[in-house]
Amino acid sequence: MTGSGGAIVIGGGLGGLWATLTLANAGFPVQLFSLFEVRRSHSVCAQGGINAVLDTKGQHDSVRQHIIDTIKGGEYLANQPPIKSMCESAPGLIRTFDRMGVTFSRTAEGLLDQRLFGGVKNKRTCFAGASTGQQLLYGVDQQVRRLESLGQVTKHEWWEFLELLKDEAGNCRGILAMGLNSLEVRAFPAEVVVLATGGFGQIYAPNTTTSTNCTGAAASRCYRQGARFANAEFFQFHPTTMIGRDKTRLMSEAARGEGGRIWVPRTPDDRRAPKSIPEAERLYILEEMFPSYGNTVARDEASRAIWRVTRQMGLGLRGTDRVYLDLTHLDRSFVATRLGAILDIYRKFAGVDPLDEPMEIFPAAHYPMGGLWVDFERDANGGMVSESPRNHATSIPGLYACGECDYAYHGANRLGANSLLSASFSGRVAGASAACYLRGLGSDRPRLRQHDIDSLIARQESLNQHMMRSDGPESPFQIHRELGELMTAKVGVVRANPELEVALEELRELDARLDRIRLGDAKQWANQSLSFARQLRDMLQLAMVVTQSALARDECRGAHYKPEFKLAIPEGKFPGDPEFEDYRARWQANNARWLKTTIAEHRPDGPKIDFEPVDTSLYPPVNPRDYR
Amino acid sequence: MTPAQDTAADGSASQDDSLSVEAIHLRIRRQDRPDSPAYWQDFRLPYEADHNVVSALLALRSNPVTTSGQRVEPVAWERNCMEEVCGSCAMLINGVPRPACSALVDQLEQPIVLAPLPKFPVVRDLVVDRSRIDTGFQHVKAWIDIDGAWDTHEGAPRISPRQWSDNYLYSRCMSCGCCMAACPQFGPHANFIGPAPLAQVRLMNSHPTGRYDKTERLHAIMGEGGLSDCGNAQNCVRVCPKAIPLTTAIGELGRETTLQALKDLFG
Ligand SMILES: Cc1cc2nc3c(=O)[nH]c(=O)nc-3n(C[C@H](O)[C@H](O)[C@H](O)COP(=O)(O)OP(=O)(O)OC[C@H]3O[C@@H](n4cnc5c(N)ncnc54)[C@H](O)[C@@H]3O)c2cc1C
Ligand code: SF4
Repeated sequence: MTGSGGAIVIGGGLGGLWATLTLANAGFPVQLFSLFEVRRSHSVCAQGGINAVLDTKGQHDSVRQHIIDTIKGGEYLANQPPIKSMCESAPGLIRTFDRMGVTFSRTAEGLLDQRLFGGVKNKRTCFAGASTGQQLLYGVDQQVRRLESLGQVTKHEWWEFLELLKDEAGNCRGILAMGLNSLEVRAFPAEVVVLATGGFGQIYAPNTTTSTNCTGAAASRCYRQGARFANAEFFQFHPTTMIGRDKTRLMSEAARGEGGRIWVPRTPDDRRAPKSIPEAERLYILEEMFPSYGNTVARDEASRAIWRVTRQMGLGLRGTDRVYLDLTHLDRSFVATRLGAILDIYRKFAGVDPLDEPMEIFPAAHYPMGGLWVDFERDANGGMVSESPRNHATSIPGLYACGECDYAYHGANRLGANSLLSASFSGRVAGASAACYLRGLGSDRPRLRQHDIDSLIARQESLNQHMMRSDGPESPFQIHRELGELMTAKVGVVRANPELEVALEELRELDARLDRIRLGDAKQWANQSLSFARQLRDMLQLAMVVTQSALARDECRGAHYKPEFKLAIPEGKFPGDPEFEDYRARWQANNARWLKTTIAEHRPDGPKIDFEPVDTSLYPPVNPRDYR
Repeated sequence: MTPAQDTAADGSASQDDSLSVEAIHLRIRRQDRPDSPAYWQDFRLPYEADHNVVSALLALRSNPVTTSGQRVEPVAWERNCMEEVCGSCAMLINGVPRPACSALVDQLEQPIVLAPLPKFPVVRDLVVDRSRIDTGFQHVKAWIDIDGAWDTHEGAPRISPRQWSDNYLYSRCMSCGCCMAACPQFGPHANFIGPAPLAQVRLMNSHPTGRYDKTERLHAIMGEGGLSDCGNAQNCVRVCPKAIPLTTAIGELGRETTLQALKDLFG
């Protein structure tokens, strides 16, 4: 099966495994690549849940409302046809997961339970205890293992994707990958490649909730080979996380959904024990700022509200960035059943029980809305054509992208519990599109020349040798730390152009320093430092794309926040009021200028930034987002 | 390079151990390749109250110098989620198989002795090859046989909340391998499939449609290397970081396989 004719899927998270299943179900042999055993992928981290309208909670929920919530949550920046198809497919995906044996939580009647999540008003989120991502991933992992036992899928775990193989016409025809134990660089020809390598939160490490696999290196490599990268400046900061030395751990949004309240003492530097502070002396941050949504307001609003309270009002706990997330007023056994696993995480890693004491949390880099640009084909009803080779195609023919490494569904900001959905849905769509693409291929394609492949392999191997022998003054691990600090401080929750300029300069310096490292490991076997240092180069490239894109966008939209360009809703004014209508007009003018997808293309001297129109045909932006 | 002889091969201290409280002392079993000999090295890190074993190893890799002043290669070990849900970072910590990310340094006795998860072949340092867990999952058909990954416009049959909570316990297995590492019956010397795949049989067999393949799964664990190789040492259940009731599952499967054997006999 290593010959051509088949498909390659890179990445074994939810996106990659769905693509694998769909391609194999369509009859094509699949080779699946992952940095490690696929079931250890970052997708297991998701705790809270996955959105799908089942309308089983007596709230008259509708798919239309899910579509609108997703569009508005993303401040209209996402193309609407893919969103429509995703929301329409969500219930069917859940049913399929259910048939796979995913242990979704149940109602007393034995039906799938649904809960409330941030940014919406209806209970629309399916969950599996407090380990939804793990359960969903295992569901598809088990199915892939079944297909593996039938010989339809071949797994290459512990292999790292390095580079795309392209033919003379520029079509993607396979990949070069490196065995992470043997360090062998080998060519794997294929007729189509699906990239599902996850997000890139590690450019903010350790100030990120994401796993080690989320370096974005694979997407960055495709970008360097000509794939367009879209909306890189939009990075969601999760408002409720706990900082650790190795990573910042998430307190699921479900904690807010189930009744958790965020507060700080009203007096700065109040050192009393939290429970001894009377209600009247507490500032319930989100309830005061967003009376109608309260603690379930969307994430970016919550992060900035916390930022305002800690950085501008100086009300952070003990003078830090932290605030309380309080569950202690809720029924203990209710909280324990609904949030068991996430409470365990806090107990385990902070050594304190959140049922006894409020948790201390703050915002950290969580989810990139941006990613590889992908196409779609619009159907007559405003959705995506169900079988089209254009859906999820990147700008490199024969290369598809899905999951967190694409940019398609979340616009300027992702709704909670919408990305397990988008990863699964887009994986299925990308698999189906890749199958369409394969069916449409002629037999007269140019052959890859062995000579070209050999020289690519030789180049990669000499890069490895060069790195392993490096003996400079710099440490790649130190450079990574500095990258994380830089991005958090200057390309984070709140942005300003002068700082972004400085950040670009500093990124170039870090990149130059990477040329002068000492790897410190010359072993030709399972050399983790080698793989890390190689990925670091790609992370720096991606960080430049993020920063350059952020610099280019002079407005506030979703997770991208530049106060200098803020259009504030006039206080106490509502639609109909002249002041509000004036605001609406400015908001529309701003949309005319900025409601566009940011497109970055690789150039030797840095990313070239362009803008492209957004398809807002279903629900045009007439109403600004208003969470008051 | 020749193995550094900081400590004796069994990991016991062979040198001055008077460490200040302000340090974290790690003693790590190292191995360069699957077929090369293991050796031990000692390291000291500045103390930080909120270190766990993963963050300590992360801090160490920036400056991997042994207590005897030798600069060595960074230690190889696995990690991904760092939230004890991916199962990657399991290793032997002070003699106990457990995930490294949730092993808080403050709660561990020093020196902290790290060794690869036993029973599995070493790849390098603390990285082991756990593919036998996968083989076990394959062997017992740890999946629900669905027609295809498309919508059939119907979900699975209903599941009562009680049954859900029983099943959920087992579905949290992250295949870290700790239970296998602790099991005296499992290892290179034996064919025993080990506790984790057995627990998956329990899980799959209680799903309303997974049940359709119950007989096949039971047969898969009735032969050599199957359930009857369990020696009932109960180590597995003691070390499982997800508190999965492995011995309960094994007990239930014992009854099921006995019944199945009778059925096989009398049709
Ligand atoms: C803490 C946390 C909680 C979350 N909770 C929720 C939630 O409740 N609801 C929700 O909807 N979303 C949630 N999300 C987001 C969601 O989990 C992810 O967006 C989604 O799981 C991403 O899936 P994926 O398949 O795109 O990527 P991943 O699961 O990250 O998988 C990436 C795969 O790519 C492989 N890979 C990467 N690089 C290479 C390479 N170079 N070569 C070979 N293979 C490679 C890796 O081995 C891995 O298999 C959460 C995220 C975090 C951080
Ligand atoms: S049963 Fe427990 S110890 Fe064994 S592999 Fe699963 S999670 Fe790890």
